[in-house]
Amino acid sequence: MYARVQTWWTVLAISLSERLVYRGDFALGTLMRFLPFVTQIFLWAAVFEANGNQPIAGYTYENFMAYFLLTQVARAFSSMPGLASNIALDIRNGTIKKYLIQPIDMVGFLLLKRVAHKLVYYLVAAAPFALVFYLARGFFGGWPDPAVVAAFIASLVMSFLLGFFLEATIGMVGFWFLEVSSLLFVYMLFSFFFSGHMFPIDMLPGFWGQFVQALPLKYLAYFPAAVFLGKVSGQELVNGLIVQAAWVLFFAATCRLTFHYGVKRYSAFGG
Amino acid sequence: MPGARVNEVARYLRVFGTFARNSLVRDMTFRTNFILNAATSIIWMLMNLAFYVLVFRYTSSLGDGWGKYEFFVFLATGMFINSTVQAFFMPNANEFGEQIRTGHLDFALTKPIDTQFLVSFSKIEWSGLSNFGVAAVLLGYSLMRTQHQPSLAECLLYPFYVVCGVAILYSLMMPLAAASVWLGRNESLYDYWFYVINFSRYPMDIYHGTFGTPLRLFFTYLIPVLIVVNVPARLLAKPLDPDNWPLALVALVATLASLVISRWIFQRALGSYRSASS
Repeated sequence: MYARVQTWWTVLAISLSERLVYRGDFALGTLMRFLPFVTQIFLWAAVFEANGNQPIAGYTYENFMAYFLLTQVARAFSSMPGLASNIALDIRNGTIKKYLIQPIDMVGFLLLKRVAHKLVYYLVAAAPFALVFYLARGFFGGWPDPAVVAAFIASLVMSFLLGFFLEATIGMVGFWFLEVSSLLFVYMLFSFFFSGHMFPIDMLPGFWGQFVQALPLKYLAYFPAAVFLGKVSGQELVNGLIVQAAWVLFFAATCRLTFHYGVKRYSAFGG
Repeated sequence: MPGARVNEVARYLRVFGTFARNSLVRDMTFRTNFILNAATSIIWMLMNLAFYVLVFRYTSSLGDGWGKYEFFVFLATGMFINSTVQAFFMPNANEFGEQIRTGHLDFALTKPIDTQFLVSFSKIEWSGLSNFGVAAVLLGYSLMRTQHQPSLAECLLYPFYVVCGVAILYSLMMPLAAASVWLGRNESLYDYWFYVINFSRYPMDIYHGTFGTPLRLFFTYLIPVLIVVNVPARLLAKPLDPDNWPLALVALVATLASLVISRWIFQRALGSYRSASS
């Protein structure tokens, strides 16, 4: 047991120092990432100006802006750049055998690597994030109560896990189809619109609204933001967290299963 | 000698034709991939459109006089311009950065043809043009519903200003790619590009107020991204009032200036290029 913990600790430590090499690039990139937010400010200001400042789907203009900033936080947890495509690439190139022949679990290894990646990211991105939130403090109506903050943090952590297992599962599809880039593009597309990254999904009317609310994608961006803003509360909040946890378990299991059966299918040739 | 000039232009056109044919042959070799690429970019456009349909459920206009269908004219114009840039210049700009990094630019430099021409046009991603269909349908549909019916002159000027828009975007992209000469690597070209053109996505009149006005002036006169879509879209969607003429003139000057400046930066970059390895 101790040896195992030590192994994982080493993996984490190596990944941490690996990521810290590019910290300057990171900080600048994070700040740049808020640039599209500037156009959002003006777009929604124009919308609210035209409709006479009527709330939209229960969101005031300030709510909207706070919502977009919060989804940035959520995406900082749930987005997994390169995860699925790298898994698929490893399968296609055959480099995946480096995991198969070593006494190490690939999914666990990748998860720890991501944890390290994200920890470094938060460390470096904390300053730019704090700056932007400070500048935009007028959009927030003060801190919500501690229980809500706790639920927010729980949903963020789960959104990280959900994002990881979901994308890893997509990468595993590479065992069956060698090229997953178009599948990935479709996933990105759906996740961009239906995770709530582009707009609060409760703006969607009727069937589409219900359909998108039923997808797991909303837990990647919309749900944490909605929790923080108090759009989801009481029993609904508890249910939301339970459903999110269920999705995490579901994709963790799917990821394991696809990996298990994928490896059985996998064959490597040459040296 | 005018004859030599004509021959020279004909030669460049012939070379361009060869590039276009080669790219098409390559695209057709991987036909499924081509179809998937075309389909996904159409889906992307349609989802964007759906987003704005959603926005217009909650408001009747955006900015100064951009009603739903006027805005859709704007959107279609943006699609024309962006898909042209995507199809013709994006693959080349990426390739250019890569050529600088690996030293493969040497091969381009030794060819008896203008290097900027060669670097800018050698690849065409035909699937990028699939959005033209979506844009044309959207434009036609919206124009039947806008209040202002464009005159013949406006219709004729429209494609001209669309080309100007493409030229401006091209002139912004090339220096970004050429920057890899000085930076060594330029992996985030796509990112920076996205951040820059992001400002061109909405009518310029939404940028007003304490922060908006300086922003609008900056992105109109210094980095003219706001002109790219706004000028042609206004021609069709809004009556040509005295407000618009000066802007159309600015667009002309901005196009010429940005082409000249990007040419200059390109030459400077070539001057600083020191090949790679051996």
